[in-house]
Amino acid sequence: MRYAETGYNLEIDLSTGNIERVETDPGLTELHLGGHGTAAKIMWDRVPPEVEAFSPENLLIFSSGLLDGTPVIGANRCTVTTIAPHTNLHAHSNMGGYFGPELKFAGYDKIIFRGKSPKLVYLWIHNDKVEIRDASHLQGKGAMETQIILQEELPGAQVAAIGLAGENRVYISSIEHYSTAAARLVAPVMGDKMLKAIAVRGTKDINIARPAELWQLCNSKYQEIYDNPVAGDTMYNDVEADAFHTDNFAWGNARTRRKGFWAGVNDEWVALADNLRMRWTGCYNCPKNCHQAVSVPGRPNYFVKCFRRFTYAMGAYEDLMFNYDILGLTQEYGLDAFATPQVLAFAIELYEAGILTDEDLPDFPSDGAGRFYYLLEKVVRREGIGDALANGVYRAARQIGKGAEEFDHNTIKKVEQIPMKLSMINYAFFLMLSTGEKTNITQIEGSYPQEPEPDLEKRKELVDGWEAAPERFKEYFMKWEPRQEFSIEEATNIVDWNETMHYIDDAIGTCAFLCSFRGQFGQRPPYHIYNLSNFISPATGLDLDPDKLWKIARRNRNLVRAFNIRRGLRRIDEAPPADHWKHRNPEKEQACLDAYYELKGWTNDGIPTKETLHELGLDYVIEDFIQRGIFTAD
Amino acid sequence: MKSELVKKKVKKIKINLDKCIGCRACELVCSAIHAKPKYSSTNPARSRIRVVMDVFKDAYVPIIAAEYSKAACVGRNDYTINGKTYSECSFCGASCPTRELFREPDSGLPLKCDLCESESGPMCVKVCTANALVYEEREVEVKDEVKYKVKELSDMELGLKSLVDRYGSQKIVDTMVRMIKKE
Repeated sequence: MRYAETGYNLEIDLSTGNIERVETDPGLTELHLGGHGTAAKIMWDRVPPEVEAFSPENLLIFSSGLLDGTPVIGANRCTVTTIAPHTNLHAHSNMGGYFGPELKFAGYDKIIFRGKSPKLVYLWIHNDKVEIRDASHLQGKGAMETQIILQEELPGAQVAAIGLAGENRVYISSIEHYSTAAARLVAPVMGDKMLKAIAVRGTKDINIARPAELWQLCNSKYQEIYDNPVAGDTMYNDVEADAFHTDNFAWGNARTRRKGFWAGVNDEWVALADNLRMRWTGCYNCPKNCHQAVSVPGRPNYFVKCFRRFTYAMGAYEDLMFNYDILGLTQEYGLDAFATPQVLAFAIELYEAGILTDEDLPDFPSDGAGRFYYLLEKVVRREGIGDALANGVYRAARQIGKGAEEFDHNTIKKVEQIPMKLSMINYAFFLMLSTGEKTNITQIEGSYPQEPEPDLEKRKELVDGWEAAPERFKEYFMKWEPRQEFSIEEATNIVDWNETMHYIDDAIGTCAFLCSFRGQFGQRPPYHIYNLSNFISPATGLDLDPDKLWKIARRNRNLVRAFNIRRGLRRIDEAPPADHWKHRNPEKEQACLDAYYELKGWTNDGIPTKETLHELGLDYVIEDFIQRGIFTAD
Repeated sequence: MKSELVKKKVKKIKINLDKCIGCRACELVCSAIHAKPKYSSTNPARSRIRVVMDVFKDAYVPIIAAEYSKAACVGRNDYTINGKTYSECSFCGASCPTRELFREPDSGLPLKCDLCESESGPMCVKVCTANALVYEEREVEVKDEVKYKVKELSDMELGLKSLVDRYGSQKIVDTMVRMIKKE
């Protein structure tokens, strides 16, 4: 019997309509856990570097986390893996809600799509019954609307869907599921495969290896997690956090910081948010209610969380009501609320600079809100100039030309980044932004605090109860004074720890808000490197400890790296936006990069060495690299 | 005839729909606690509490498995909540042959909430940190003639009763005899 996982994947060939239920190799669970880890292995094995995002041979993999559906609280994430059209590299995005657990209850750990359907379809999974169904009645329908229609047709189903943007292969589109979305990079591939939605319903058991032991650990944790002030999205309902976003992040096309902005709108904006909110909601088996369901007049109901409430307002220099209103549209179109406002703000800058003209944008409105609504319709339909903009800032800039490239100042590896523009360089962030395979800082940062604690007594208190941290980080933190730069050793180790925790979360399905992302705000995340194996072992029967877990995360990290190296990624691609910090130090930056590669066991060009690969049991990567001339045979 | 007033303990779970956050932890722990062996599996379809949800209409309704019913009832009322119409069945706790709710997914045998008699109180309530579920025990005075009620059926009795309803007692007895002989 398989524990925690089902031991089966669904293989769906959308070109031929062939559907297979395939038993998986338990040895791969030992090596990679599940979720994003085993998906990385499948991508390595089956997607050679010649395959591009929109090739039929590209895979689109929906992976439930290894612990999804078990009693482990907050294990509900579903990772979507493919090659992204933006980067032509490994892409990873994940969503919470109910989808991952439901897939497990239906009897599958993953759905692996290949090929391309000749017409728009959706997949219906009801335990052993799996059908590719015609979706012509869903064509052009909103991502929320599609979920509602399919749930009417298929009671009890959990649905993930793309909207019009995904159907039109808009690069900045998202896969939506209730309150959550796989928002980055992956949805255009779903649209390209002509897959409108997946509906799943399951009524099977998930088995636990050592039930009483796991139960005892989890059952006591509901109240603890509920009460833990750093667990969950602490920014979900906190005016100070709102001020953090509006006052510190840059408005427009990542241009202007408006210090003190929040104070002027506090009362009005808080009252509006309270007025539009129907309810705070949570994800499967998690007591934290991080999401809010909102009802905006004239729009279908939808969910928001955290920073998404401000991104459109800030991009357009508009107010909160505008943000709520346009979200009612963009959620239906299925768009990434981080990248989209930046693309629209970028287009406005091009217009103001005379690079885009009235010929490109006939009857272009004069106000920020009007312009955003106008551009939005062009982008999701790929109409006129919207066709270029739909490919994201980096590619649109090069398609438009005429100096538009100068306005692409906030992308890394061709992907839009959070609009942070700061003064003093932080070398850990320099490394994470440069080298992160996930091209989004929130998916890389998170275990080590963002800020030092000026008060020495408080610092000691924080370190004393800091169970999550390996010893060296306690030493770093004790020595860390305000405005003090990280040493190279500190920066490289902090990055290594931060990303390791995300790689674990993404394999087992635990929410980053309970683990990898939360240590940086308060240092007391419910899950960390020293207690996670206590949960994974009794759930799965695997014999794990913190060291073994760290090694698995390294293996997964290196496999994703190797996949990208095979596709051409090199050191030269690894840089943050030039204007991310006002004060830079190229010499120390490059020294950090050297040291980071060395710590990772990579060459000076960012390629995992033979020794590293061999130590991690990835000898097949060595073979492949030799065959492709990346390594020499000796 | 004048009947005596007697004291009776009433146990129930009060449900506050407004507080539910839709985490469904109640379903998970219910299925785990009733798994055999205990906690060995999770499966919301085996849970004796289900959260009927329509998230885009902001409807979250935890329903607790109630009596087993061998036939469909006459309920035919519709309810409109937040602009969406629900049949009377939508929020009914009965284990009834017209739908899959509160029946074992494999055998179709009925499920019924036992208020976690094996535990120190209902587990669904304990994990409901949002306090949408609150356990309440109170004494009420009832007339002697209604204090009674048949003893609550155990899981096995309930299952057997539903099998008897489906196949008739003679067939059940014949089958049991045959099985015992084989053993």
